[in-house]
Amino acid sequence: MDTSDTSETGRIGETGRTEGAGEAARPVLEAPDIARALTRIAHEIVERAKGADDVVLLGIPTRGVFLARRLAGKLAEITGRSIPVGSLDITMYRDDLRLRPARALARTDIPGDGVDGRLVVLVDDVLFSGRTIRAALDALGDIGRPRAVQLAVLVDRGHRELPIRADYVGKNLPTSLRETVKVQLAEEDGRDTVLLGLKQPAASGER
Amino acid sequence: MSKILIRGARVLGGEAQDVLIDGETIAQVGTGLPADGATTVIEAEGRILLPGLVDLHTHLREPGREDSETVLTGTKAAAVGGFTAVHAMANTFPVADTAGVVEQVWRLGKESGYCDVQPVGAVTVGLEGKHLAELGAMHDSAAAVRVFSDDGKCVDDAVIMRRALEYVKAFDGVIAQHAQEPRLTEGAQMNEGIVSAELGLGGWPAVAEESIIARDVLLAAHVGSRVHICHLSTAGSVELVRWAKSKGWNVTAEVTPHHLLLTDELVRSYNPVYKVNPPLRTEADVRALREALADGTIDCVATDHAPHPHEDKDCEWAAAAMGMVGLETALSVVQETMVETGLLDWAGVADRMSFRPARIGRLDGHGRPVSAGEPANLTLVDPAYRGAVDPAGFASRSRNTPYEGRELPGRVTHTFLRGRATVVDGNLA
Amino acid sequence: MLRLPGAGPRTPGHLISAADLSRDEAVLILDTAEEMARVADRPIKKLPTLRGRTVVNLFFEDSTRTRISFEAAAKRLSADVINFSAKGSSVSKGESLKDTALTLEAMGADAVVIRHGASGAPYRLATSGWIDGVVVNAGDGTHEHPTQALLDAFTLRRRLVGADAGIGRDLDGRRVTIVGDVLHSRVARSNVLLLHTLGAHVTVVAPPTLVPIGVERWPCEVSYDLDRVLPESDAVMMLRVQRERMNAAFFPTEREYSRRYGLNGERMGRMPGKSIVMHPGPMNRGMEITAEVADSDRCTAVEQVANGVSIRMAVLYLLLGGNEPAVTHSRLNAEENK
Repeated sequence: MDTSDTSETGRIGETGRTEGAGEAARPVLEAPDIARALTRIAHEIVERAKGADDVVLLGIPTRGVFLARRLAGKLAEITGRSIPVGSLDITMYRDDLRLRPARALARTDIPGDGVDGRLVVLVDDVLFSGRTIRAALDALGDIGRPRAVQLAVLVDRGHRELPIRADYVGKNLPTSLRETVKVQLAEEDGRDTVLLGLKQPAASGER
Repeated sequence: MSKILIRGARVLGGEAQDVLIDGETIAQVGTGLPADGATTVIEAEGRILLPGLVDLHTHLREPGREDSETVLTGTKAAAVGGFTAVHAMANTFPVADTAGVVEQVWRLGKESGYCDVQPVGAVTVGLEGKHLAELGAMHDSAAAVRVFSDDGKCVDDAVIMRRALEYVKAFDGVIAQHAQEPRLTEGAQMNEGIVSAELGLGGWPAVAEESIIARDVLLAAHVGSRVHICHLSTAGSVELVRWAKSKGWNVTAEVTPHHLLLTDELVRSYNPVYKVNPPLRTEADVRALREALADGTIDCVATDHAPHPHEDKDCEWAAAAMGMVGLETALSVVQETMVETGLLDWAGVADRMSFRPARIGRLDGHGRPVSAGEPANLTLVDPAYRGAVDPAGFASRSRNTPYEGRELPGRVTHTFLRGRATVVDGNLA
Repeated sequence: MLRLPGAGPRTPGHLISAADLSRDEAVLILDTAEEMARVADRPIKKLPTLRGRTVVNLFFEDSTRTRISFEAAAKRLSADVINFSAKGSSVSKGESLKDTALTLEAMGADAVVIRHGASGAPYRLATSGWIDGVVVNAGDGTHEHPTQALLDAFTLRRRLVGADAGIGRDLDGRRVTIVGDVLHSRVARSNVLLLHTLGAHVTVVAPPTLVPIGVERWPCEVSYDLDRVLPESDAVMMLRVQRERMNAAFFPTEREYSRRYGLNGERMGRMPGKSIVMHPGPMNRGMEITAEVADSDRCTAVEQVANGVSIRMAVLYLLLGGNEPAVTHSRLNAEENK
């Protein structure tokens, strides 16, 4: 068993995002697009957070963590200060735990000074139903009381099932429910790209 | 008087012959016997005709534990299994340690009519191992007891054992020893070995059986008595009995069907249906027991039929009762383990399950040859039958068989007790 | 053919024996426990994961330590916890296990954590059809205590490999010595099996009277000489030795036992530099372990207690957190990435 595989957990309502992209998957964002999007988000954060003095970046495993670290790097370049960055695993807060086998947990790593009174920016790769973010807000609530919480995502593919929206979006990507969006990042997948594909019919019998 | 003609059965597994039963005895054995005059004709081509089986070791539970078995249900089970005589063990409530109790059991057996019941008397009062029971009175009673045993408990006091062995010489009795050194088996739950080490169940070491057997064969030799060893279960016990017999000492031994077939690996299921005393042993022990039964070191098969109510087995291992029912599956297990492996032919089966046990028990009218003039105690077997064991169909009141669902060969189609059919076409008559 | 088919000990979906865990399953439990341990450092030491699930602690034997450990674990995962202490003289016959099980089933127990004096009782509970819920063995007779072995393995990994460095890793090549009443110890049985599965090299040390017949088939070495084994041990696990054993002639006197098999400061001094001393508790100070050793930095007894909660959280989560258990289950790897 490759443990890194099991820690690559699926997300609520986002079936097919990391798997099931059929042969027809085509890139909609390439590495330079992703880099540009992150740079833009970093600037927006600095602007909206008035210098990003109290910003804490929390990535949602797996790929959200890598995106958060990249954002932290860019923020450091812009502000000249190092920005606290961590990870927030939402597995134990999911609302669909009982629909599937129990899954391996990913690391929750809160930077030393905590989140109390800070501006927490949650970072994830794809925003879809919004259930992942709902779980992340619950998880965050058990860790501390931030001054405010914002959300940054690389791709917003629509189809929200909860009243949640992103504060920073790399790319809005209108999709149909039959399509899949798959983000690949160099740290995990060896390359940076976002793939749009078609869901394979009845791949697992789940859902 | 009814006349029954059994046509074309292989007597003791030999050539096909006809056997004519007239009243309580075998009238004629031969080929081409005429059917006229016979009230019943049984076409028995391909079947084996054996002398009625004799069990030296049966727990009928009555009096006292009628919830698990009665003399009536137990003798029905015996008949279904092809037995015409069973020895009823003494560990009842009250214990069969007086003439009164053994006569009661004997009378209940007479009334049942399915199988002769020969009571076994306790060696010591209350099976306590302290004072000899009135062995002579039990012998002199209507039950005419010749086999004495504290089975379930070991006569572990060497002096008591010596005295008992000596005392029964007066009337040609025999002490049937349940060989289990009590101190070595305190808290024992299963065979001590690789499996017990893994399962964390208290060990019942082979040496606890063997040390008693060694002592008792020496005692029997010393006082010139005969001793019978119940349910041999280890390879070491086989060696000891073989050695004693080589000395010419008067030692006999029995083995149960389950010790010929099952091993302690089954205990891994923690299913109390496999809990029995002595415990299931290893594959090497099973092999040694089969060989010893084949070469005659072990004289006979005895069922140790031990019925228990469902609730005494439907629990965790440690809380469960020890024992298995065996009357109705004994012959099938012997066929599977001894006949189909080529270790024993059907004449050998007749010897180990009828002739020899009857002789050890000094039982008149049982274990006799299948020939004219002999009592018509007979068992007809269909060796080609194959079927899964279904406890729901048992005649016994209890269901604690380790073979549930297991396919076993052979089936008793008819049993005759002094000419009267107790089983017809596999069903109680 | 001598055996009936289908009599194996595997119990999918339950945790009965350390032998049921594969290396990957065991590592998954340890990794999960590592994440659970971090919850203990948070202001709110609670997760909503098992909300609405009922965990019954069914204890036929007194063991406050194990019970509160399971209770804390279940409560931190927001499960409802019912403590059922069935200890008492009235519970001597087996029917009570069945009847108790049927009662718990009727009450809708999702998991039954069972401690029982009879070896095999949890296995029986899991396989008898009396209940549908998950069964977790919290110690049965002299058979097994798998969560103790898991927490010991967790403690070993944290100390010998590292909390973070240990993620995804086993105990390959670590030398663990288990000392004491191996014969009667469920802790020893589970540890030998689990530590072997995790790649450790295990040696059991005891007087020959306290080593079971049949030990030669265990995946470990056996020694009667503590002093010879100590210098080659990365960890020494001291088992509790009950003084009553003396009366059954397992050893002559307490003094002789502790002289030959007890761990004192002088003996500890001959262990390798970073090696640790473990004890499942409760300790018999002066018997198998001296106060000097018990109170030293190398003794992990207290740490083991804390780790016990994390391990039991991990076990409960993995068995109860999904629609089907993620451990002792062959379909572990299937359909994970959806």
